Amino acid sequence: MIELENVSKYFGDTRVLDGVTGKVNQGEIFAVIGPSGSGKSTLLRLIDLLDTPTGGTIRVDGTDIHAEQRNLSIRRMMGMVFQKPAVFNATVAENVAVGLRFRGASKSEIHTRIEEALDMVGLAGYGERRARTLSGGEMQRVALARAMVIEPEILLLDEPTANLDPVSVATIEDLAVRINRDLGTTIVFSTHDMYQGQRLAHRIGVLMNGVFAQVGTPREVFTLPASREVARFVGIENIVEGVVVGENAAAVVDAGGVRIRARSPFEAGEAVSLCIRSEDIRIAVADGAAAAPGRNALPSTVTSVVPRGPFSRVTVDCGFALSSILSWKAVDNLGIREGSRVVVSFTPESVHVVRRE
Amino acid sequence: MYEIVEGFLEAIRLIVTLDPDVMAIAARSIAISLTATIVASLIAVPLGAAINFGTFPGRKSLINLIQTLYSLPTVIVGLLIFLLISRVGPFGFMRLLFTPTAMIIAQTVLILPIMTGLTISALSGVDPVIRDTLRSLGATRLQFLVNILKEARFAILATVAVGFGRAISEVGAAILVGGNIAASSFASSTRVLTTAISLETSMGNISQSIALGLVLLAIALGVNLAITTVQHR
Repeated sequence: MIELENVSKYFGDTRVLDGVTGKVNQGEIFAVIGPSGSGKSTLLRLIDLLDTPTGGTIRVDGTDIHAEQRNLSIRRMMGMVFQKPAVFNATVAENVAVGLRFRGASKSEIHTRIEEALDMVGLAGYGERRARTLSGGEMQRVALARAMVIEPEILLLDEPTANLDPVSVATIEDLAVRINRDLGTTIVFSTHDMYQGQRLAHRIGVLMNGVFAQVGTPREVFTLPASREVARFVGIENIVEGVVVGENAAAVVDAGGVRIRARSPFEAGEAVSLCIRSEDIRIAVADGAAAAPGRNALPSTVTSVVPRGPFSRVTVDCGFALSSILSWKAVDNLGIREGSRVVVSFTPESVHVVRRE
Repeated sequence: MYEIVEGFLEAIRLIVTLDPDVMAIAARSIAISLTATIVASLIAVPLGAAINFGTFPGRKSLINLIQTLYSLPTVIVGLLIFLLISRVGPFGFMRLLFTPTAMIIAQTVLILPIMTGLTISALSGVDPVIRDTLRSLGATRLQFLVNILKEARFAILATVAVGFGRAISEVGAAILVGGNIAASSFASSTRVLTTAISLETSMGNISQSIALGLVLLAIALGVNLAITTVQHR
């Protein structure tokens, strides 16, 4: 459906996009995630023909959209909702009608379609209200209805929930999923909220340093990040530097003198980063029963216990720092406090090894 | 002091009794300035839009020049138009000097910069997200312009009010190219509120001056009230 080939965009000397390549399939929800300023909005604006790329090609159904003279008909295949909720200074109904008016729809058609669209976003009966008097969340739903009423094949959502309260966020997310499921609309949305990407998307593209650092299913991106930076961005707290010292299925990595068993495709001598999710790390008291065979078991000292919602984050020093997530009750049962001697353990499978750049 | 109070009371009487002289002058003022404002709007709004959305070399300098001309002295405009339409001027053959038409031309020229400049401000004040939204909804160039103007309508209305206010309150150009002539017919007279106040005051007709001044103030107040009402709707 949408193909990005080596797309770049410079603003003066600032490189925002530097060769983005990827593909969005028809009927899928594709999330562009990345830190603030990584060029997510720019990428969506390029797709919607609001800006022109400095280099590269964007194709929609095989057509190079920026080379085409009939920009208007291509743009009219798409709808876009922007980060900042913005409505025209008119009634809600007039707002929703704008795109249909541009396309020369008849009065009766406009009337019916507005009703349907407002109903879809849960704003039935709001038609005659002044759009500027609505709340941010309601305005964003008007914006979504306005984009959807023209029945676009592609819906672009540029951080549509960034400025909204949690209830409105849930409403907009729910709508996006329903639009995709019921109408088959291809959706591309950007977000800096990796969990939103995980909740909604079929596939995720992680935009970093002007390129897709990784494209994959949420599961792939979250459990098998392609690089140290992606791992850091998707919330993997434990990233340990090391060097592969033994090869085969269960490689051994030397991390500052500590030997860790992990599954790794890399050969001996390769500099790597080990990504270990906090929730995969177990903590036991030092004099307790031996860890299950095959697990990495490292004697350590607790350096901090920090409450985090209903959990506590326990950080230990085992030659390098590792942190684990435990329930408050588990912390109490283990009697852990700063300075406690413990054993941390994790399986070789829970260690994801990436090559260090 | 007594004379001023008496003049003030007499002025009230002239207004309340709808004194024909005062009313004719007020009506002529409104007619001339309103025409000038309409003509200036027809030029300033499209021109402002073209400058705001256009990309051409010298655009910034042009906007600076327009803003400088906000404070164009009215007598300078009067003098310029006078030179152009006087008997020896290039447009002398049109015999426009000391006619209401000459005053309309002078007032149009006078308020054109400020109306163009404020139109540019009004249009550039429209939220960029609104501009992007219009384009993403598939607006043609014309649909885009119409909708941006619609979005900026209150600011543009305020621009028109400012233009009218400057036109009806100026005296320098009106007296230079109009001449404050009280002819027998309404249409050929060039006596307007400001020029009449100037003349009557110099002749010592304080009450007449005060009456005309109050009418001028009332018109300014009325215009402002109308704008405020529309903007709050």
